[in-house]
Amino acid sequence: MLYFSKLRILFITLFSVLFIIIASSNLFKFDDNFFDKKINLGLDLQGGSYLLLEIDNEPVIEQKLQNLTTTIRNYFKEKKIKINNIKIENQNIFFNVIENDKQSVLEVFQDENSDLNPYYPRFKSHQLEIEDTGLNFKVNFSRQGLIKLKNSSQDQAIEIVRRRVDEVGTNEPNILKRGNNRILVELPGLDDPMRIKSLLGKTANLTFRFVTNDENDRFGVEKLKFENGLEEAVVSKRIIISGENLLDAQPKMDTQTNQTIVSFTLDRVGAKRFGKATSTGIGKQLAIVLDGKIISAPVVRDTIASGSGQISGGFTFQSATDLALLLRSGALPAPLEIIEERTVGPDLGQDSINAGMIALAIGFMLVIIFMFVKYKIFGLITNVTLIVNLFILLGVLTLFEATLTLPGIAGIILTVGMAVDANVLIFERIKEELKDETNNILAFDGGYTKSRTAILDANITTLLAAIILFFMGSGPVKGFAVTLGVGIFTTLFSVYFIARLFTSIYVSRNKDKEKLI
Amino acid sequence: MVAFNKYYNHFNLLSSVLILVSLLLLIFKGLNFGIDFKGGTLIELRASDSKINVSSLRDRFNQMDLGDVSVKKFGNDTDFLVKFENKDNKKNIIEEIKANLDKSFGNNYDFRRVENVGPKVSAELLKSGVIAISLSLALMLIYIWIRFEWQFSLGAILALFHDVIVTLGVFSLFSLEINLSIIAAVLTIVGYSMNDTVVIFDRVRENLRKYSDIKIFELTNISINETLSRTIITSATTLLALLAIYFFGGEILKGFSLAMILGVVFGTYSSIYIANTVLVRLRVSQKTVLREDDTK
Repeated sequence: MLYFSKLRILFITLFSVLFIIIASSNLFKFDDNFFDKKINLGLDLQGGSYLLLEIDNEPVIEQKLQNLTTTIRNYFKEKKIKINNIKIENQNIFFNVIENDKQSVLEVFQDENSDLNPYYPRFKSHQLEIEDTGLNFKVNFSRQGLIKLKNSSQDQAIEIVRRRVDEVGTNEPNILKRGNNRILVELPGLDDPMRIKSLLGKTANLTFRFVTNDENDRFGVEKLKFENGLEEAVVSKRIIISGENLLDAQPKMDTQTNQTIVSFTLDRVGAKRFGKATSTGIGKQLAIVLDGKIISAPVVRDTIASGSGQISGGFTFQSATDLALLLRSGALPAPLEIIEERTVGPDLGQDSINAGMIALAIGFMLVIIFMFVKYKIFGLITNVTLIVNLFILLGVLTLFEATLTLPGIAGIILTVGMAVDANVLIFERIKEELKDETNNILAFDGGYTKSRTAILDANITTLLAAIILFFMGSGPVKGFAVTLGVGIFTTLFSVYFIARLFTSIYVSRNKDKEKLI
Repeated sequence: MVAFNKYYNHFNLLSSVLILVSLLLLIFKGLNFGIDFKGGTLIELRASDSKINVSSLRDRFNQMDLGDVSVKKFGNDTDFLVKFENKDNKKNIIEEIKANLDKSFGNNYDFRRVENVGPKVSAELLKSGVIAISLSLALMLIYIWIRFEWQFSLGAILALFHDVIVTLGVFSLFSLEINLSIIAAVLTIVGYSMNDTVVIFDRVRENLRKYSDIKIFELTNISINETLSRTIITSATTLLALLAIYFFGGEILKGFSLAMILGVVFGTYSSIYIANTVLVRLRVSQKTVLREDDTK
């Protein structure tokens, strides 16, 4: 156990030096890409905001079912089957057909290559499930259908969230999917997430619709409140243009009225429709509706064919900027709710770093002094190993650009405390061996060999705990699992290669000395 | 040699009482769950005006109709920790609170940390915490079952349960807060306690093979003594590191390091006085380990 070949010594030295250099790259700036890696600081250390958003898919499901009723009706109309009493209740579609048509309806829904009810060839499950309740047919989304629906609304939502966050211009946001109905947003360096929260809380569904007094409007009407919550107006359900038709939106100052406005540009289709609507609707009020509330309802005075226009509504410059931003980035497919928020101010982050570093330094010093007093020269070897171990640990974290959190720092300190365990196990074993073995080299060899199973057991148990923490834990706690887990490997390396190398050099030079340890 | 085995019975009794009391505490008093597991809002606030203190803050917050509000000093005189249920899960609660505090205290305070955990998330976090701890106990059980004979496994697992239950019992007794980092601490305790037990067991097994004429009662004592200096040194260095975190690592790590300190103390104690006594009570002998060797 004490023999080292020259090649091995070279390898150990190179390996250690490499990681020490990588670890120190956190302090210096390297031009080279390979060395220009840094340990990421977690949000709890650099300050920032962690937001977990949940997509409320209920309205999407309602909307899809609503569309489906029309599709089903039209589909069977072509097949000369009349669908009666179609209605939606509790996310189910109910309808009747005459007895003779029942079988053919079922066949359409259950056909593996049905174009009304897709997915079967790919997922071995249809999008929709149909059930004959005896009274009527009940149609709803299958499990697979719901999963697809949720995934697609998550895909759309994350895109919109990304655009909105990017528009605000925070540095290096991290936007990730969680499950199939959640989005995680990490915003480093942001200590007041108020604006982003309010931006993400809005669906930003924009429509232009005429105010009407005709209760019998062909498209149906609805009563909507104005933004200020006081007035109301009856608005047609017919959508002239919607947010999708917008190419651009910008906050502007109207020089005539001295008001802040949002000016917008429409795409070709939108411009055409807007032009047509404004030419036929002169004198009517055109309501600009955002998320079910009327921003303003100006009277159409002229045909607007240029495809651009403006929205006024008593904005401040900030609210006009935000509205323009929302319109540019598009509407969310479904409302988002912030179900978890954790924000740490940058000064608290800095305080945590300082406290963590002081604790690390003091813990390190205490352990080093203790080991030196207890084991003298071998304590010194352990201590050198401990320092190299710390550098290798930091080096590995740097190499993988791991995220360091406050519990992560605690994990490093704990590693320092527990790393000596392996050396202690070995040294104590050597002491025992020396009781009935006079040859120093044999005693040291025996000490290393016989302590090996205990050391492995001890480290595997801790590693198991760290692995579970890594997979089950979230955020800062994950950082703890990482440092604890990586620490185990670096500890084993430093004990079995570095400390053993030093020990072997010392022992072979003093092999005849008594009471070596 | 220290005669640890003289006190096996005494300490078994003590441990039984400790476990019983802890279980009673956990059942009747329960744990003080933080917002991670209970849901709610937490604000860490730093004041730059001496007018802002626990009672003036409590007055302000109580007027805001937030449900149960707790206001505590956090570390030093200028830092406060405010927690409330946020029952209705109001959306812009932080902004409302800011506006309200501005009226009374002007700009003389600063929110250093805000955490808001909805009821759904907290329920999930609690569930995954419980799963994590159970899973780690199960994994340890499997590991030790592979590595040792069943008598040893039973001893190690009992010691493990003892450490986790008594540590949680202390948290219940003093109403210390259970949050995500405490779960991390408990898992680390599980690893540490196992580690400590395994080192002694390794020696017990080795000695069982070596000596056929020494009774397990004596043999455990020999093994404990042989590994004693290692036990003391490792516990000492780990405790030194943990004490450094506890005293210098800042308020946020206090609960975590305290749980770990308790765990290390209980873990060291239980390796000696629970794990080993199980071997004695199950009358483990040389045959136990030799039979296993034959089948391998």
